[in-house]
Amino acid sequence: MIRVALPQHLRTLARVDGEVVLDGQEAPTARTVLDALEARYPVLRGTIRDHATAERRAFVRFFACGRDISLDPVDDPLPDEIASGAEPFRVVGAMAGG
Amino acid sequence: MSGKEGEMSAVRLLVGTRKGAFVLTSDGSRADWGVEGPFFTGWEIYHVNASPADPDRLYASQSTSWFGQIVQRSDDGGRTWEPVGNEFTYEGVAGTHQWYDGTQHPWEFARVWHFEPAPTDPDIVFAGVEDAALFRSSDGGKTWEELSGLRRHETGEQWQPGAGGLCLHTILIDPRDPARIVVAISAAGAFRTDDGGRTWRPINRGLRSQELPDEDREVGHCVHRIAMHPSRPEVLFMQKHWDVMRSDDGGESWHEVSDNLPSDFGFPIAVHAHEPDTVYVVPIKSDSEHVPPDGRLRVYRSRTGGNDWEPLTRGLPQSHCYVNVLRDAMAVDTLDPCGVYFGTTGGQVYASPDAGDSWTAIVRDLPAVLSVEAQTLS
Repeated sequence: MIRVALPQHLRTLARVDGEVVLDGQEAPTARTVLDALEARYPVLRGTIRDHATAERRAFVRFFACGRDISLDPVDDPLPDEIASGAEPFRVVGAMAGG
Repeated sequence: MSGKEGEMSAVRLLVGTRKGAFVLTSDGSRADWGVEGPFFTGWEIYHVNASPADPDRLYASQSTSWFGQIVQRSDDGGRTWEPVGNEFTYEGVAGTHQWYDGTQHPWEFARVWHFEPAPTDPDIVFAGVEDAALFRSSDGGKTWEELSGLRRHETGEQWQPGAGGLCLHTILIDPRDPARIVVAISAAGAFRTDDGGRTWRPINRGLRSQELPDEDREVGHCVHRIAMHPSRPEVLFMQKHWDVMRSDDGGESWHEVSDNLPSDFGFPIAVHAHEPDTVYVVPIKSDSEHVPPDGRLRVYRSRTGGNDWEPLTRGLPQSHCYVNVLRDAMAVDTLDPCGVYFGTTGGQVYASPDAGDSWTAIVRDLPAVLSVEAQTLS
């Protein structure tokens, strides 16, 4: 299984409490995790990645095992801890604004 | 208003704020108000609007810079909401428009500023967006299609954003001929289609903007808001960046009707529900200060179709008031006497049940109000 931790606004939008649990994937990447997340919760389409380009929105960041992987290629393999479900894939809203 | 009308009717205000949406309701007396919300707490709600064909069908524009655009729909008058389609894709190559520094900048979708449901079908709704374009949904907001003839107008590369962005904020559908639609874009100007949105042309003749050296320039005017009375759609009233303007020919030409206003800068403009020549504006000191003149919040009313403005102050703060009233934050109901409503950047929503003669704050401490719409319910 793959765990995904969403920021509060996206949890509210998707109507989920706590972390989202997705089916396990072989060699998951940021792209495949987000694809699965959006397939499960279509309401999240466009909120993390741009509809047309699939680019990460500017004020959204991705973390894995305490590391900001936002600028890594989205097809890079995620750490084993993410693949095994030991650690969540974190979608974070940048701390900015008021 | 007759006692019977007051007992049988109700008013519902749809309020969008910087931090959520609120629904305010009263019976026809408009004396006591219930407050529901916030809905979508923490999100910017640029606009909430109702279908004239089904008053329980509402559309809300929910957005943040973080997570983009969400469109929420209610089918029960705002008690419950469901997200619908949020994919606003410009048709074909998006192209470029002018940026603040005069260079060309790609057209980029930011948010929906205004929803305008069609008069007769609750599933048809228009969306005015930033960067300026007009979208249409015919399935209740599930999918959106751009009416790209507007953005592709030959002047499009000259359109430049105002301080709030290149936003399409006004959509007026002619009740006699729904194929005729007037829109306004800050800071491009007003445009009209007579064929349901396929082709468009600027309707800015007579507008004078001091920042434009060419007095006859077709586009580049910072139109803040246009209002129309449904019984007389050829007459349009405009609050421009500076100047209050009027057109008697569907926008073919404009003339100034600012007359004795203390400032002709402002954002909203509204027309009385039963008196097509009674118009309301909220003068603001200047485009560099955005506060009421002299710290006094005054609505100005003209009963003569512009010019000859009278200040309406009873119940409004007349000292130390420095709020603004944004372009989509004023509305009227259709009861008799006509109710007039506006929201402020200070979080107050003011109501006048007597066409502006007196005002009461329904709420005082909401987040900054971005929009107010009024529904008259029977």
